[in-house]
Amino acid sequence: MLRVYPFFIEAAYVTVQLSVLTCLLGLACGTLGAMARLSRLAPIRWLAATYVSLFRGTPALIQIFILYFGGPQIGINLDSFSAGTIALGVNIGAYMTETIRGAIISVDKGQTEASRTLGMSRAQTMRKVILPQAARMMIRPLGVNINALIKGTALVAPISVIELTYTAQRFIGSTYKPFEMFLLAGILYMIIIYAVGMGIKWLDRRAQIV
Amino acid sequence: MGLDFTVVPDYFGVLLLGMGWTVAITIGAGLLSFFGGIMFAVIALYGHWVIRLPFRLFAWLFMGTPLLLQLFLIYFGLIEIGIDLPAFIAGVIGLGLHFAVYNSELIQASILSVDKGQYEGARTLGLSRGQTLRRIVIPQAVRAVIPPMGNNMIALLKDSALVSVIGVAELTLAAQQAISRTYRPFEFYIAAAACYYVINLCLEAGLRRLERRIAASR
Repeated sequence: MLRVYPFFIEAAYVTVQLSVLTCLLGLACGTLGAMARLSRLAPIRWLAATYVSLFRGTPALIQIFILYFGGPQIGINLDSFSAGTIALGVNIGAYMTETIRGAIISVDKGQTEASRTLGMSRAQTMRKVILPQAARMMIRPLGVNINALIKGTALVAPISVIELTYTAQRFIGSTYKPFEMFLLAGILYMIIIYAVGMGIKWLDRRAQIV
Repeated sequence: MGLDFTVVPDYFGVLLLGMGWTVAITIGAGLLSFFGGIMFAVIALYGHWVIRLPFRLFAWLFMGTPLLLQLFLIYFGLIEIGIDLPAFIAGVIGLGLHFAVYNSELIQASILSVDKGQYEGARTLGLSRGQTLRRIVIPQAVRAVIPPMGNNMIALLKDSALVSVIGVAELTLAAQQAISRTYRPFEFYIAAAACYYVINLCLEAGLRRLERRIAASR
């Protein structure tokens, strides 16, 4: 048993890296997506709605497979870690699009009207009035997305990224101790999720207007 | 190697069979997660602590770890203790239990929000504790959480792709079989994604109808 610990620690580090990169990419896609969903131009709105519908309507695993196995056919050659990160990031970005859009439209309409009346442009209104208020409201629901994302990083195990689930599976195969391996990986996942959850709670508390 | 979608129709039968299995596993796991969710919620709220505590631990573990890891545990772990389940059954159990835990959280909150007067009224009329739960409280609680449980069902459908990893011949694995013969991953994974999308649309339409019917009956 002792000999497997270093492998699990290393794998947990890969899971953390995956989570962080996926989260950043997801936030970028989500913010862009939400802006596009709220655009004045109908084609841009439709494009964003299609993005959300397609990526939320199909399994993330298939999306990873399309990019990793299908990518080379259309000239995209990525290693498994990059392919996994990109596919997962774009996938969670679709969920985050809806979260961020929800927070933005929950800001009172009077705020927009007042800012516009005061002579601010649409962009200024969004940047200086709406987004700072919406940002406070989206922290908690984005936390739910991030929690799902951390567990979702397990999906890159089938394309052989050596992260926690892959490592657990490998050692289940070689040691025949499925419960121990499950528990070991499970505890590491929960430590990561717990730490991130604490961070989000802290952020949420700090962001509230007192 | 360019793209050539003309090979996809040749494997239409394979994909259709895979779709059938995906629907079957979704229905099986969906039913398990529905009734399991109700059972777990009752245990969590009313169970004796000897049952409740291990159950809390189980729920906590299942909510904090990835589904894929749980599938590996159920499929490879149960063999280790002498229970050799076919991959399909292991997949249904894994998916079903995973989502039962999520449904149970919804139902618990809903049971607690059923008016206390309902419970007291039923008890006053002479119904036993079990009868009150079964006939009065749970039907109302479950009805209130059909919409969020519907979202879990949609998630379940998409996560059913994961059971391909333990060798269930559903849509994802059917696509992989076609790919191993044609070496055209892009085309077949896109085709599989399209199939999932169609099933998803049907499921969403069905859930919307169900919600409307429930709203109308209230």
